[in-house]
Order: sequence, then structure tokens, then C-alpha cells
Amino acid sequence: MIMLEKRPQPSRFWVLATPALAVVLTMFFGGLLFLALGKNPFETIRTIFLDPLFSEFAWYYRPQLLIKGAPLVLIAIGLSFGFRAGIWNIGAEGQYIVGAICGAAVGLAFYPLESFIIFPLMILAGALGGMLWAMIPGILRVKFGTNEILVSLMLVYVAEQLLASMALGALRNPDGMGFPGSRNLAQYPSAANLELISGSGMHWGVVTALIVVIFAYVTLSRHIFGFHVRLSGQSPRAARFAGVNPGRLILICMGLSGALAGLAGLFEVAGPAGQVSIDFNVGYGFTAIIVAFLGRLHPVGILLAGALMALTYIGGEIAQSNLGLPLAAIQLMQGMLLFFLLAVDVLTNYRVRFATGAAA
Amino acid sequence: MTDPLLRLSGLTKAYPGVVANKDVSFDIMGGEIHALLGENGAGKSTLVKTIYGLVKPDSGQMSLHGIPFQPAEPRAARAAGVAMVFQHFSLFDAMTVAENIALGMEKPPPLRDIAARVRNVSEQYGLPLDPDRTVGGLSAGERQRVEIIRCLLQDPKLLIMDEPTSVLTPQEVAILFETLRKLRAEGTAILYISHKLEEIRALCDNATVLRLGEVVGTCDPRNTSARDMAELMVGSVLHVPQKAARPVGEIIVRLDALNAPAPHQFGTALRDISLEVRKGEVLGIGGVAGNGQDELVAALSGEMRVGAAMIQYQGTPIGKLGPNARRKLGLLAAPEERMGHAAAPDMTLTENAVMTATTRQHLARKGFVHWGRARSFAEAVIRAFDVRTPGPQNTARSLSGGNLQKFVIGREIMQDPDVLVVNQPTWGVDASAAAAIRQALLDLAVNGAAVICISQDLDELMEISDRFAALNEGRLSAPRPAAGLTVEQIGLMLGGAHDMEVAHVDA
Repeated sequence: MIMLEKRPQPSRFWVLATPALAVVLTMFFGGLLFLALGKNPFETIRTIFLDPLFSEFAWYYRPQLLIKGAPLVLIAIGLSFGFRAGIWNIGAEGQYIVGAICGAAVGLAFYPLESFIIFPLMILAGALGGMLWAMIPGILRVKFGTNEILVSLMLVYVAEQLLASMALGALRNPDGMGFPGSRNLAQYPSAANLELISGSGMHWGVVTALIVVIFAYVTLSRHIFGFHVRLSGQSPRAARFAGVNPGRLILICMGLSGALAGLAGLFEVAGPAGQVSIDFNVGYGFTAIIVAFLGRLHPVGILLAGALMALTYIGGEIAQSNLGLPLAAIQLMQGMLLFFLLAVDVLTNYRVRFATGAAA
Repeated sequence: MTDPLLRLSGLTKAYPGVVANKDVSFDIMGGEIHALLGENGAGKSTLVKTIYGLVKPDSGQMSLHGIPFQPAEPRAARAAGVAMVFQHFSLFDAMTVAENIALGMEKPPPLRDIAARVRNVSEQYGLPLDPDRTVGGLSAGERQRVEIIRCLLQDPKLLIMDEPTSVLTPQEVAILFETLRKLRAEGTAILYISHKLEEIRALCDNATVLRLGEVVGTCDPRNTSARDMAELMVGSVLHVPQKAARPVGEIIVRLDALNAPAPHQFGTALRDISLEVRKGEVLGIGGVAGNGQDELVAALSGEMRVGAAMIQYQGTPIGKLGPNARRKLGLLAAPEERMGHAAAPDMTLTENAVMTATTRQHLARKGFVHWGRARSFAEAVIRAFDVRTPGPQNTARSLSGGNLQKFVIGREIMQDPDVLVVNQPTWGVDASAAAAIRQALLDLAVNGAAVICISQDLDELMEISDRFAALNEGRLSAPRPAAGLTVEQIGLMLGGAHDMEVAHVDA
């Protein structure tokens, strides 16, 4: 009989080892899945996990890693604060969209004026837009006790409709011959979030993501606010005893995650995407939830998890085009990753005992 | 002398690093209430788990009615006539009493029959209980009755009770004792585990004392003083807290018609509490659990905000201040629930020190926590209060209840408060640690601080209080000098507006 025995302390070894074990298990069972689909499992796994980094076309894929990873990390860091405190903002996708719309709107309002102040203003507007969108579920929760999970999720759909209406209406390119979508910000120097080093994929969003990782690490480990966030998640009553105002904490965490999601949206719309369009959002806000948990809500972990997730995205695309693997199989594999992570997580807090039936 | 019902001979059980039971031998006779005494960690639990078939001894034998008895599992023990009421209940809130009892049976008869049998047994033994009520709405005492009746339906020869009175009101204790005496009269043996020595003196016929896993003595509790029993348990002369004479100073905290609605559905509203506490005094507040203790602590600590002028600290209204603003002034608190309220179970002791000591110990500068200083403070608390732990990097969860309590109380005392509010400061703590905590509270008062001690342990309150008041349905009786209060007077104060029978406390 297998028994689980609660450890007196979470195991330090397994805290670090479980993500690696989850990746290995995903490779193994993902390989079985690909085998069942009639593909060579080794080639598929290599295509997904290694080709983006080491193949002959890696010069193209490596920058993509930063471009895809940065918004994931940025959003996931914001979410991790709330998740640690037991505040469940599921609507980062919506905050990402609204941040992009607000930031782009500010840039487009100045068009075609050129000034160094425009891009910083757009960044501000992007962060503010995402923050305000996240404050809606935050304030509703604090004032009326509504469920922030539902409200933030519902607001994603509202944001998507808003995006469509903006792409077709207010922000549509007047010179676009009626096509939906705004002017291309990437072609508007004062508003463009361009690569800082050509061919590296390194844009302001990547820089911001790295700064935010450091900021989050310091806050969580050294600052009393980070301590209160962790305390609130573990023991809400103890947090109140420690002087934490639960309502204020909810607003701060929602606002912070919204602002970072909005920033991610702004950097995307002003750079890689270039314009506000109907299909602007591609699910970064949802994937970031996986990234946050894959990284164990730890800033450095999130950085690594964001990179891994970006890798499977790019590798998945390569596998789709080169090996003819269906998108659903890639998504299944990404789902497996989260599943295995949560499953092996048991080892961190529990010890597995093999006991004989008689000595129960 | 007749043959014993249960004979334990040479029971030994070792766990890695610790011998829980070492060569334990004693007899339990039919129709006696046998007390098992010992400090936390003395091996009482291991011993009763052995008898109940949950633990297999490394060596030694048991015999029941002279027949070798080696239960492989609780089911075998139950079949042999051994039943046990645990300290923690295993009941489903959403089900009725009868359904819960049916769940514990091997082959449950129809619910209607169970309900009838429950009614029978409850009348026969004077344990009022309606089989059709949902468990969720029952008090702790009523839940315990469910467990007891569940055992009685098996018609046990030996009933084991683990700390049965720790959750009961004095009235419920009286009812329980009547039931146990009835069972004894019918020839059932009862093995009774408790920390409360006065209870044991009132109830038990025999007592076996364990210390560090070994039997260190037996006594007749009816003819042995509580102090002698405590010393037998501790193995040394028990240090009785000394009240030093001290001048009582000026008023430091004043509650002025403190009113507060119940914070949640199962809470108690505070009604019109007025009180003055002076520097250098210990005010004891007694009362049955659930009469507003938690709410009063929350109002004093700042977790629950009240009207500004309802609480005054040296004349300043502070009712609207939060916990840290009050800590800054010198008003500290230690709530009752250790896990998840006074301490965060999964955090280290250092982090738990940061939890309440940041303001007064300056553990943070400009919001950045000074972990080195926090660690030294945690170490200082561990040293001063003899907290048994490898070090401050261990989680609160890894400490035993008594040790964590020492840490939690010590953490507040080491911050040098001007007013300290404690709720159940020695709950679940063994005799010597409890004495140390009480002494620390008294020392605090000697040094000029005011101590408000809320407790359900009347002996404790009488030992340390200068004045005594009682909480009842959210109202506080007028405080009276503790010296010279008789048990009857205390009982009346506790009863308050209740039209209940006066609490019966043998002291």
C-alpha cells in the first residue's frame, strides 16, 4: 500500500526537482502521444525542445524566444503576487488587451508628431489601462464581495469586444482603405517599440520583464509588502493579526497584475504586433497563469518557466510546419506540463511511504 | 482482589530517535475510572493507541480478561470490547447524528433503529442528544456526546477517553462526569487521559503517571493533592508562580461602553463592555468558550475596529487604529488559536517573529525586512522561553502545540509591552511550561505592564489574577478582586444572565 505522509517541512530538494521531473515526464508521455500519432517521438521532442535553440535556423528562432517569453514573464510576475496572496486574477488577457488599446490610442493621438515623450506616455497609458481594467473585479470584490475569478474572466470577453470595436471604429487606420486595424505603430518612430539590438529580439518589453523579475524577487524576499503577500496567502487570519488590511491588499495585487499585463500589451502592440487588430491577442494572459504556477510563483522560476513555455510555443510551430503535427497535440503537451507539475508537487509536501498492509 | 480487566505488561514502543513507551505495565480493573497522567510527549497517546490497535508494540503483552490481547487494528479492539473517544472528532457536519453513527458501524441497521437506540442510550446515561439534528449545528460538547454514544452502542468493557473535557463548558463537564460515573457503576472500565488534575481528583479511582515513556508512579487521586501529582508528572518540584506585591499604577486602558456586532455568523456581539485596567495589574477574564472571548481580543488587538472612543489608551481614543498602530503604542495581543492566527504554520519562526514584532523591534527599515535582526529576535525568544526546536529556520508547524505556544507568548512578552492581552495562554501546554508562561505574565505585571488574561481555566485565573471578571454572551461582569472569591461566586459570575445551573467546579 502506498501512503502519503505529510512532511514537517516542505522538502527543499523537491521544490527544485519537481519542475525538472515534470518536464521529463512531459517529454516521456508527450513522446508516447506523438508515437501514437505516427510520428517519431525522439525527432518530435528534439524539434520542440531543441531545434528553436540549436538548429540551423536558430538565428531566427532565438529572438522569437525573447519576444514570446517577455509578455509571459511580465504577466506571470504580476499574477504571482495575487496568487501568493490568494487573489485569483484570471483575466490578465483582458487587461493585456485594454493596456494595448490605451497605449496605442495615446500613440495614435499624437500621430504624426515626433517627440521622445510619446513612447513613455504610451507606456504609462498601457500600464494605467491594464490597472484600471483589473481594478473593476478588485473593487467589486472589496465593496460587494463578488468573486474576482468570475468577474475578471468575464471582463476578458468584454475586452475582446472592445478590441474589435476599436479595430473597426475609433482606432481604425484612416488611410487603411477600410480594412480593420489601426495604423502600424512599428512604422511610427516615436511610438515604436523597436529592437534595441538588431536581430536579438531584445525590445523594451524584454528589458522591462527582466527588471520586473528583479524587482519582484527583492520585494518578495526582502520587503515587508512581499512578506504580507505571502502571509495573506498562507494564513489570512494571521495576516490580519499582523496588520494587513485585506481589502487594500486585494486592490494592490489586482492593480499590480493589471498594470504589468497592460504593459505587456503595450509592448506587444507597439512592437512585434505593430497594430491594434481584431485578432491582436493570442492568449498570453491565459498562458501566463500556467507560467506563474510552473515557476512556483517564484520570480526566477517564472523567468525560467516563461522561457520554457516560449520554447514549446516556437518548437510547437516548427513541429507543426516541419512534421505536420496538429496544433491540438502541441496544446495537449503543454497541458501535460502543467498537469505533471501539479501532480509531482505532492512530493514537496508529502513523503511517499510503501507500507505493508498489516502494519497500517 | 479480582482479576484485572486489562493487564499491560512490559509494553515498549520505540520510534526513530525516541522511546515512546518503555516497559509500561499496569492493570485496569473492571468498573474503575483509571487516570493516565503525563506531560506532553510522555507517551500517553502511544500507549492508548497500542491498546486500541493503532500501534503495534515492539515488545510486551496485553491481556484482556486474562486472555492474550493483540489487536491488529481498531476493528479487532472494538470487537473485543475496547472503545475510544478521541480528542478530535471524526464527524461529518452535513449529516445527522444518526447518519454519523451509522457510518461508524460495520453493518448498520436501518436509520430508524439507530435513532431509537440513540434515544435509549442517551436517556439511560443522561446524555441529551437528538439523533435527527445535523452535526454542523451541534456544540463541541454535543459532538462529543455523539462520539460517546457511538462507543456505548458497542457496549464496551473499556472506554478510553483522550482529553475529553478540553472542549467542554463546566456544565457539560458535569453532565459527562455523571455519565462516566453511571458507566462505572455498571462495571465498565474507563481509561481517562487529562491534564486537568482537579478533574482527575474528582472523578478517578486510580492514576498511573507516565514520564518520558515510563511508569513513574501510581496514586489514588482522591487522596493525593494536585500539586503532588503534577510533581510526579514533571519529575521535579513544580515551580508555582509567585505573585510579588506590586503597587497598582494609573489607568492605562479603558473600555467605554464597547459595543460591536458579531463579525460573522457564528460570532458573538460585544455588548456594553466597560472596564479600566491599571498598570501593574493582572485582570483575569473567565467565561465559557464562545461568549465573546475572540471578539474581545480582536477589538483590543485592532483586528476588529470599533468606535474610536470605545477603547482608550492612556486617554487617547484608539478604537479605530489597526494592530500595528496599537503595537507602536505598547498594546500587544496573543490570540487563542496558535495555528493560522497567532502564527503562520508554514512559515519559519523567524518569519513568524516578523509577523508581529516588526514595529517594536524595528525589524524593517523603510519597509525592507532586516532578516538578520529578525532571526536574532526569534533566537532570543526561543532561548528565553525554552522553546524546543532546532532553530528559528524551522516552520511553526514543526513545533508541538505547547512549544509553539511558548514561542507565541514569548514573542509578545519579549517586545516589552505596556499592555498585553492573552487568550488561553496555556491551552494544551504541559504543567511546567504553563507555570513558566504564567510566571512570565506575572513578571510582566511586576515590571509595570498591565496584563489582560482571558482563559477558560479558572485555576489559572485564580492563580495569577488581581481582579476577575466574566464574559457571558458578550457582556462583561463587573470585575472583582480575585482574592477571596469563592467557587460559588465565580460560578454565578460565569452564569451571568444565563438561567443555567451554576457551573460545578471542584476546586
